[in-house]
Amino acid sequence: MLTLLLILLPIAAAVLTLATGARLAKQVALIGGLAELGLAVVVWAQFDPSGGSQFGFKYNWIASAGISFAAGIDGISLILVILTTFLTPLIILSAFGHDYKNSPTFYSLILFMEAALIGVFTSTDAFLFYLFFEAALIPVYFLAAVWGGENRAKVTFKFFIYTMFGSLFMLVALVFLYYKTPGTHTSELTAFYNLQLSAQAQGFIFWAFFIAFAIKMPLFPFHTWQPDTYTESPTQATMLLSGIMLKMGVYGLIRLLLPIVPLGVDAWGFLAVILSVIGIIYGSIIAIQQRDMKRLIAYSSFAHVGLMSAGVFSSSANGMQGALVQMLAHGINVVGLFYIVDLIYSRTKTRNLDQLGGISQSSPQFSIYFMILLLGSVALPLTNGFVGEFLLLSSVFSYNSWLGAIAGLTIILGSVYMLRLYQKSMFGPKSTWAEGFMDLTMSERAVLLPLVIMVFWIGIYPNTFLKISEPAVNQILQIITN
Amino acid sequence: MYPIVLLSIFGIAALFLGFSKSKNILLPMTLLFLAISMVGNFYEWNKGPLLYFYDMFRVDNLTLAFNGIVLVSAFMIFAISGGFLDNPDSEPAEYFGLMLFSLVGAIMMVGFEHLIILFLGVEILSVALYVLTGSNKRNLRSNEAALKYFLMGSFATGFMLFGMALIYGATGSFNLSGIQGYVTTAHAAMPSYILYAGLLLLLIGMLFKVSAAPFHFWTPDVYEGAPTLFTAFMSTIVKTAGFAAIYRLLNHSFTGIYSFWWIVIAAIAVLTLMVGNIGATSQNSFKRMLAYSGISHAGYLLIAITALSKPTENAIVFYSMAYSLSTICAFGILMLVSKEKTIEGQPDERYEAFNGLAKNNPLLAFVLTVSMLSLAGIPLTAGFWGKFFVFTSAADRGIIWITVVAVLMSTVGIYYYFRVIISSYMREGNLAKIRVAPFYQVILLLATFLTILFGLVPSLFEGLVQ
Repeated sequence: MLTLLLILLPIAAAVLTLATGARLAKQVALIGGLAELGLAVVVWAQFDPSGGSQFGFKYNWIASAGISFAAGIDGISLILVILTTFLTPLIILSAFGHDYKNSPTFYSLILFMEAALIGVFTSTDAFLFYLFFEAALIPVYFLAAVWGGENRAKVTFKFFIYTMFGSLFMLVALVFLYYKTPGTHTSELTAFYNLQLSAQAQGFIFWAFFIAFAIKMPLFPFHTWQPDTYTESPTQATMLLSGIMLKMGVYGLIRLLLPIVPLGVDAWGFLAVILSVIGIIYGSIIAIQQRDMKRLIAYSSFAHVGLMSAGVFSSSANGMQGALVQMLAHGINVVGLFYIVDLIYSRTKTRNLDQLGGISQSSPQFSIYFMILLLGSVALPLTNGFVGEFLLLSSVFSYNSWLGAIAGLTIILGSVYMLRLYQKSMFGPKSTWAEGFMDLTMSERAVLLPLVIMVFWIGIYPNTFLKISEPAVNQILQIITN
Repeated sequence: MYPIVLLSIFGIAALFLGFSKSKNILLPMTLLFLAISMVGNFYEWNKGPLLYFYDMFRVDNLTLAFNGIVLVSAFMIFAISGGFLDNPDSEPAEYFGLMLFSLVGAIMMVGFEHLIILFLGVEILSVALYVLTGSNKRNLRSNEAALKYFLMGSFATGFMLFGMALIYGATGSFNLSGIQGYVTTAHAAMPSYILYAGLLLLLIGMLFKVSAAPFHFWTPDVYEGAPTLFTAFMSTIVKTAGFAAIYRLLNHSFTGIYSFWWIVIAAIAVLTLMVGNIGATSQNSFKRMLAYSGISHAGYLLIAITALSKPTENAIVFYSMAYSLSTICAFGILMLVSKEKTIEGQPDERYEAFNGLAKNNPLLAFVLTVSMLSLAGIPLTAGFWGKFFVFTSAADRGIIWITVVAVLMSTVGIYYYFRVIISSYMREGNLAKIRVAPFYQVILLLATFLTILFGLVPSLFEGLVQ
């Protein structure tokens, strides 16, 4: 029942936000987001890591097609639910500084998206997963299309069609799997796990799923929609996209692709790891050359997700645990970094590194927060990024030493573009654009402080989170080896 | 059976109402007539298969379901006809009368048991529409559309009759049950090529009516030239009735020779999907795009027919419902928006006419968006479940390759359905606030509500129909 509440509460909050006028919309939305976070904490407190899927529910939804409205939370889902419910109120709060026209619609779209994301992360029925997967696309499309930058029409269009194209292949694969389930067909994920398919069928299904998730994450070479979309979207949409939506792709790999088509992974997984590692290096190198801060962080996001997916495809406990922690860490870091860029833009009206400089001189607090988030992204030990990257790199290394070594370059390249970002914007002589850069206000600190606390919490004592998902990860590995 | 009688009487009554002093009474009376017909239709619900007219007309739950969709679509179309009839040149009583008669034809097509009833139904449906297509007398394109429709439609009917004659020659019966008897016994023993030829010719005639490729060439010009209200009628009711008829024909009598005809229909389905979707991408006129979109939806429905498996019946009913709701909304909004500007005396139906719609008309933009999303098959709308059921029917039969084609074409579809959404939300235009009659608004909102409702809980509709 708690899971049903987790999915429905943001929808109720979104409808309520739509109903209130522009004056109170943001406060109502924030309260909705915080209520959802409270609910998630309650779930976390009552969660038993070794208890499998809990707080579940199942309603007959479309009996003729065997689809049930079923969801539940296990260790893997809980980590992502924590991520979503923690980030959403912060994303809402980060929008307070902006004065968006039509704000009730804006905030309600963020809340609708939260509901869809939680639905994706908790579904135990394959078609329901697909539905939420697609449904999450609609709010973010409208957020980007209506409140985005100047080139948004073409860019968001490409994003929508590209992502939809991939997911439609996943739909065909799911329909095929549904008809392969014995007896009266069902689309429960556990039923799909138990299917014994031929190696050839598994190969096709692998590619159908892989295309869908590779476009969503994105992986090289399906990433061309990402930098433009991240740059043209309003900051809150970019935070939703990079902080949470890209995790849907990695989650899909863990939840759907690996357990359902293990033979497909045996056959093609190596290629997937190679593509991921290429993405890491490619993304990092392009990030080093960026002048636009937002685009730089977008490319860094692309580089980081490559490492997550490489770790998942190594089909090891370290890899999956690393991916889960890194999802949590990367979500926090990237939301923080996009917020920093947003603050710089709203104060200086530019995101161009060549035009910025010397901001640290007038805003010490801002510099500190920026530095902490940056070091988290660079994976300095004691920060959240380190835990994830260490686990992921060790798993990729034990999968294949060469690929592990190449992937390890991410540490160096990551430092290069991140420190370059910091140096060009914060240090050096104060540029004319950065005149009168005010230090952080109270509400801005309210966004950055929780993020920074999480950076250290996950970095210093990651076991709080690692132990949540460990039994569930072992369970998935069991299913794979069977 | 009751709708046929009621609608015939009401059609004549509508013609006579044209003599009354007050024109305002015509529309409410016609809507009342349709409501009474709907009640009459569902009077026979669950009364089991009934046969009328010497076993020539069959009424079972499937017939009544399709009748229901046709009647509800007609109700909506009549309800949005208000603005169209303010034109002093128009003759509302005749139009309504003709449309009611046309509905009789549709209902006959849906419930036929004897091939002659199918022929009568198609003719009654089509002849009324030939007249209505050309009803905009002063517009050259309307005249052209009417002539094209009439000539090509008569040709197609000729093929149909020839096919029926050959089928009679092979099987000795015009009745669907008689034909089925022959197919399962005598034909199975010694195949008759006359039967194959007859079936193909009959199907060609029917496929023409539902605008399947390569018999679709009349569709864009006829849809574009006809007055928009009648285009809405043609693209929804004719398709629903046509597919109901094709399904009934193939499912009832020709399952025995499935291995012969399925490849033909499959090839036509793929061709239709490609022509419809690829043709629509290059259109500049929203109305013409909707014509090609209709062709592409015929393609999706043909996939369900190709499969002819257990989920097919439900898939066709649901898809017809979702498609009709969204298309009527789209045409309804087109009627409102295209009147705002004129090009050479004719309404402006290009995408540019929708620029900036969301600014002063947020409700209309929302309704338009939902109907476009439903036509594109985006989840959370009824259109998605329609496509889903079609895909499951194909998977049930084991022909997954055709769903891959459909999925690729769906992606192309998203492109042209989104063009108008982009125009209304992201382009600057100077559309003022459009005054919409309250009843019109209610119908549009109701259709949107139903689209989203059936998109969230499709089993509600299945429950109604089963």
